[in-house]
Amino acid sequence: MPAEPLLALSGVTKAFGGLTVVQDVGFDLPRGGRLGLIGPNGAGKTTVFNLISGVYPIDAGEIRLDGQPISRLPPRARVRAGIARSFQNIRLMPHLSAVENVMLGQHARAAGLGALLTPIAWMPRGRWRREAEELLAAAGLDIDPGEVVANLPYGIRKKIEVVRALAARPKLLMLDEPAAGLNPAETAELARFLREIAAAGTTLLVVEHDMGFVNEVCDRVVVLNFGRKIFEGSMAGARADTTVREAYLGAEAADAA
Amino acid sequence: MSGYWAGILAILAINIIFAYGIFITAAAGQLNLGGAGFMAIGAHAAAVLGEQLGWTPAQTVPAAVAITACVGIAIAFPVLRTRGVYMVLATFAFAQVVTGVILTQPALGGAMGLVVTEYVDLPVLLLAAAGTTLLAFWLMATRFGLALRALHDDELVSTLMGVPARAMQVGAFAIGAGLTGLAGGLYAHHFSFVEAQYFNPLLSIYVLLFVLIGGTQTAWGPLVGATFFTLVPELLRVGGSWRYVVFGAIIVAMMMFRPEGIVTRSLVDRLFSRRRPAPDAG
Repeated sequence: MPAEPLLALSGVTKAFGGLTVVQDVGFDLPRGGRLGLIGPNGAGKTTVFNLISGVYPIDAGEIRLDGQPISRLPPRARVRAGIARSFQNIRLMPHLSAVENVMLGQHARAAGLGALLTPIAWMPRGRWRREAEELLAAAGLDIDPGEVVANLPYGIRKKIEVVRALAARPKLLMLDEPAAGLNPAETAELARFLREIAAAGTTLLVVEHDMGFVNEVCDRVVVLNFGRKIFEGSMAGARADTTVREAYLGAEAADAA
Repeated sequence: MSGYWAGILAILAINIIFAYGIFITAAAGQLNLGGAGFMAIGAHAAAVLGEQLGWTPAQTVPAAVAITACVGIAIAFPVLRTRGVYMVLATFAFAQVVTGVILTQPALGGAMGLVVTEYVDLPVLLLAAAGTTLLAFWLMATRFGLALRALHDDELVSTLMGVPARAMQVGAFAIGAGLTGLAGGLYAHHFSFVEAQYFNPLLSIYVLLFVLIGGTQTAWGPLVGATFFTLVPELLRVGGSWRYVVFGAIIVAMMMFRPEGIVTRSLVDRLFSRRRPAPDAG
């Protein structure tokens, strides 16, 4: 009997008004896996992320983490269960410093009133603050941790989002277009960093348009088009698949290619 | 110390406590324009308990804090369903209801007001203001304070990071209401008289201005804002009736040049040189 997957979606469906944006999507993500979720614009990739992290409730189907159904849990319970994510457009807290954003990422692990009411800002050597600074340094971010993020460049902020999600010590790290807007050097560096994270045991689910990046980071892909799963398998398999080519290029161009 | 300055200091102390009560919710992005209503509850609770039950200020003031905090929790649930300008209107309406109820109830003083016999002197007010300031700095340095500031910036993302948004907001509302209740209770015992008319919309507007012009990003904001608003009109007294014109012009200028408040996060960082020195300087 195969090991239970970390994340399992089955028959997941979501409609906004009359528009069904995700229809009967199902896939398994094994523990330690690195799954790429790809597809043309508007395919429903970010909606799938939002359904897994609990931004919206699902209309039908089931989402399981570690075998436990999570589709009825509020978002904060899902992050405590081990799902952390980043966002397509940077959603760092602009008025907080880099290290404070990362400490916010730790929130799911700080349980109880005691943890809530212990000062974390006054003690540079306090455990939470030290851990957040170490996470930033481990990600190769050579910045002043006290710098307010609104003042930092785009590439740095993009990476702080990944570090903030990691601060929750998730079992499953979901990244929504982590390489968007990065230059080739930054993209290569991010890919290296994500492989390190995966090697340390974190399972990855990545939405990305940069296929080279997906090829380098992920061991498997799921392709969505108009809210349906049209392919699941290796990246090479996806490249060769006629349905996938049609989805990206249109039927005529796919024939010509 | 002259009676004049003692009077200014007493108002300053009460204004600082009052301002922190409004600040704690403003830090989480919620504007409370019902400050006078909460303060009225605290002041009248202290007055009634002192006069009817013969409680001492050591009993009436904590009771005023507790009662106002409980009202804050009760009112938080409907108010937190509203957003932005509607929340401002909801809290404003709440304050109108409070003064309306007091005016119609002779037991609460009605339109005549209540005399408060037990006197609380200036040192107690100053201690309470100092304690409130310390409490605010402490709260803002905790994970609770971090969560409030995160909610101010992005409620959805905060929730996805594991922050129980509603619990935090209700907590902030309760603490804020408790502090305005403290300001009200001390006001009653220091000025020995409370009447509903004092707790009018202008008072709510003033305290929200203290907080917004002081700055909501750090715990320094209300301290600076309340001090500024209490002392500047006094210093402008030499200008006679023109002082209100000058004061109004100063407020407009503040909003133009320091739209995020007098004290901002980056100003505090600069003053305490928490930034790394520039490479050419090191």
